[in-house]
Amino acid sequence: MNSLEYPSGKQIIRQLQMAGVRFVVSLPDIVTSSGLLWPIARNNDFELIRVCKEDEGVSICAAMSYNGTRAVLLMQQTGLMDSLNSIRAIAMDYQLPVIMMVGLQGKEPEPLPEQSSVYGVRIIPSVLEAMSVSFSLIQEPSDALTIQDRIGFCYADSKPHVFLIGRTPVE
Amino acid sequence: MMLRDETLMALGEVIEEGDIVVAVYQSLFDWMEIKPRDLNYVATGAMGQASSHGLGLALANPERRVFVFDGDGSLLMNLGSLATIGEAAPENLYHLVFANGTYEVNGGHPVPGGKNIDFASIAKACGYPHSFRFSSLQKMQEVLAEIILCKGPVFMALDIEPGKKYPWKYDYIHSSEARDRFRRALNRG
Repeated sequence: MNSLEYPSGKQIIRQLQMAGVRFVVSLPDIVTSSGLLWPIARNNDFELIRVCKEDEGVSICAAMSYNGTRAVLLMQQTGLMDSLNSIRAIAMDYQLPVIMMVGLQGKEPEPLPEQSSVYGVRIIPSVLEAMSVSFSLIQEPSDALTIQDRIGFCYADSKPHVFLIGRTPVE
Repeated sequence: MMLRDETLMALGEVIEEGDIVVAVYQSLFDWMEIKPRDLNYVATGAMGQASSHGLGLALANPERRVFVFDGDGSLLMNLGSLATIGEAAPENLYHLVFANGTYEVNGGHPVPGGKNIDFASIAKACGYPHSFRFSSLQKMQEVLAEIILCKGPVFMALDIEPGKKYPWKYDYIHSSEARDRFRRALNRG
């Protein structure tokens, strides 16, 4: 019997709404596709910007932040890795509040990301630590309750943050 | 023939006080001298990202016109942004690429495809409703006022030659001072 609990997509979306997020910038990711991205695509509270490559999203979210417009970049960890130079330059060097929500494709539900047997997942926390990028894990249902406050702090302090989605959100 | 600095001076005639201008590399350095202004967005950070910054600014500031002065090497690094912009279709975005066929500030090495790439056709195919290509400053000036009345996204490919070379001010464009100056101006209303 599987006793694992999964984060609620509805709860995550509610937290984004309460945080004042207007724009969601995204490339599809199978971890967050049905629980987050499709519901967001159907939700008129958000404007969904579909990009061709994730680093576009880093720039879009950063540029929006100059007048306080709140946005979230939803992507897979492969896209995060592909965007490291933009994150380094635009989010970190320029100290801009780029909020990223990253599905960990291939991660097993039970372990923490750094304990995953999948190399591409296991290295993500270390990569973010090496870059001094703030991150937190959304794995248990209660983890989602931190999203609104975390986004608020990031915009107040003008700093980026990565939410790592460790289990597939349920609809 | 289009010299870059003369082309920028001509564009400066149609840029209004509330417009945002996102420029990169030599076009940026020239523009900062030709038209210094608070709403020049100089901090694009990573090569190729100007068009994406421009899109974010256009969507978040629909009451303002946003002009992107891109480079050909830069745009090739983020060519997918043309499809993203075509899909998002911001009416207030004017995307200009200054194409000289070289990575000018990185030693003048040739861009793949050189001057043969038809950026205007690519932009049109990606959904920009208005797309133009100019290799004559005079011809551009004859229709410029009309072009900027078009609802965006508007694309203009400019086959330019280097003009007078203005100083490279990397320290300034990456400074918090530059970002704060833009932010203050943007939020002054």
